[in-house]
Amino acid sequence: MTNHEIVEKNLGYMIGLVIVAISFGALVEIVPVFFQDETTKPVDGLKPYTAMQLEGRDIYIREGCVGCHSQMIRPLRAEVERYGHYSVAGESVYNYTFLWGSKRTGPDLARVGGRYSNEWHRAHLNDPRDVVPESIMPAYPWLNQNTLDGKDVPTKMKTLRTLGVPYTEEDIAGATEAVKGHTEMDAVVAYLQSLGTAIKTQR
Amino acid sequence: MMSSFWSGWIVVLTLGCLAFVIYFLVTQWIAQRAETTTNTTGHEYDGIQELDNPMPKWWLAMFVATIIFTVFYLFLYPGLGNWKGFLGWTQLNELERHQEKHAQRYAPLFEQYANTPIDELIANPKAVKMGERIFINNCALCHGSDAGGAFGFPNLRDGDWLYGGTADAINHTIMEGRSGQMPAWGAVIGDEGVRNVATFIRANAGLSQDADPQSVAAGKKVYDTTCMACHGVNAEGNEALGAPNLVDGTWLYGSSQAQIEYTVRQGRNGVMPAWKDILGKEKVHLAATYIYSLDKKASK
Repeated sequence: MTNHEIVEKNLGYMIGLVIVAISFGALVEIVPVFFQDETTKPVDGLKPYTAMQLEGRDIYIREGCVGCHSQMIRPLRAEVERYGHYSVAGESVYNYTFLWGSKRTGPDLARVGGRYSNEWHRAHLNDPRDVVPESIMPAYPWLNQNTLDGKDVPTKMKTLRTLGVPYTEEDIAGATEAVKGHTEMDAVVAYLQSLGTAIKTQR
Repeated sequence: MMSSFWSGWIVVLTLGCLAFVIYFLVTQWIAQRAETTTNTTGHEYDGIQELDNPMPKWWLAMFVATIIFTVFYLFLYPGLGNWKGFLGWTQLNELERHQEKHAQRYAPLFEQYANTPIDELIANPKAVKMGERIFINNCALCHGSDAGGAFGFPNLRDGDWLYGGTADAINHTIMEGRSGQMPAWGAVIGDEGVRNVATFIRANAGLSQDADPQSVAAGKKVYDTTCMACHGVNAEGNEALGAPNLVDGTWLYGSSQAQIEYTVRQGRNGVMPAWKDILGKEKVHLAATYIYSLDKKASK
């Protein structure tokens, strides 16, 4: 048997060599990034999500917002002009899981925080057509009706802490109280208003 | 800038892969120099055999071309660790170059109007049109594409202004934003107080003719102690505070008894975001010009 035949006729060898061959791209492009300050250190002023924002983020995930909205402003002129400063890795170090997304049926939300008022977000999430008649975004009226009990928030925060998000004991102890009784709408709006505010918007 | 270890890691792996690909190509090439062979690979399916011919020339040429491309690319662009490449290209300097080019072409369009006072600029249809485009892209989300407003978002063409309707006041509102501060009075004046003061406000504004006079009188007392500081003795509001005029027939949050009671009980905190960092002062100037021109039409 030639060498070629040995590899072709033994699936184990074949799999092993394929893995070796395709791993080089990841070893060169991905692995070094795990060890760079730029990607592992938070930007100045970055805070972990508060209990309300964290609940909002989970509702954002549940409702599939990431399917239509990215949270990643690329360093391209048109995007920077429309959305603000391009996203940097240090803004996402507390994001587990990240919600950068890759689909923009709606606009990018990486810096939507502070751009519109809370009341606007409430009206818009309740029925987007109330404020933007030509919008094709679905309405989320149940966010106003569902109330949070907050009983899972401390567990979520503890889990995130094991991943490196610096929650204090106080944060965790007060989490349920901070969330309890608020509607899901309150939480989503709190989350949206926090997005991208660590870096000041610049033209 | 990454550490020399990771830079070296990238250089060694990248160049190692490149060297391996070249070595592999050359050895295979030498081993199969004949134009065609009669050797078979040994595969046989239903009597059909597979010849072990060398790689086609055009295919081989493409292989070689990718290797040559790689060499040039790695010289010119930052592909090898901390090596910056002869072109000095980065994502960010490309962005800056595009921004500069764009600014050179378009910034003068906006700057040419920056020093003309808004009062004069409304006579320039081109400037007003530019302002309208900026408005549609940025402001219409809340104020509506006709600037007619909506519940909680002020109408900008009715000639009624919470913070003043002068050109400067409008410009300032857009630049710095505004933050409405109607406190929640429910806990302070109680349910009856809320009901009475709402009744008084409606009667005072001429919205109800058959209001209970006792309730109106009681409401007036509450008004005088609680509301007057901001909304004024005659309920005509205060532009310095953004306190709405309560007798002019414009109601941002509705004029029904229920809505006014809600406003008094829960408070209202309308927020106009600041746009100076997003649009810059030249574009805000034009947006303010458009909005100011709407008011001129309203008062005509």
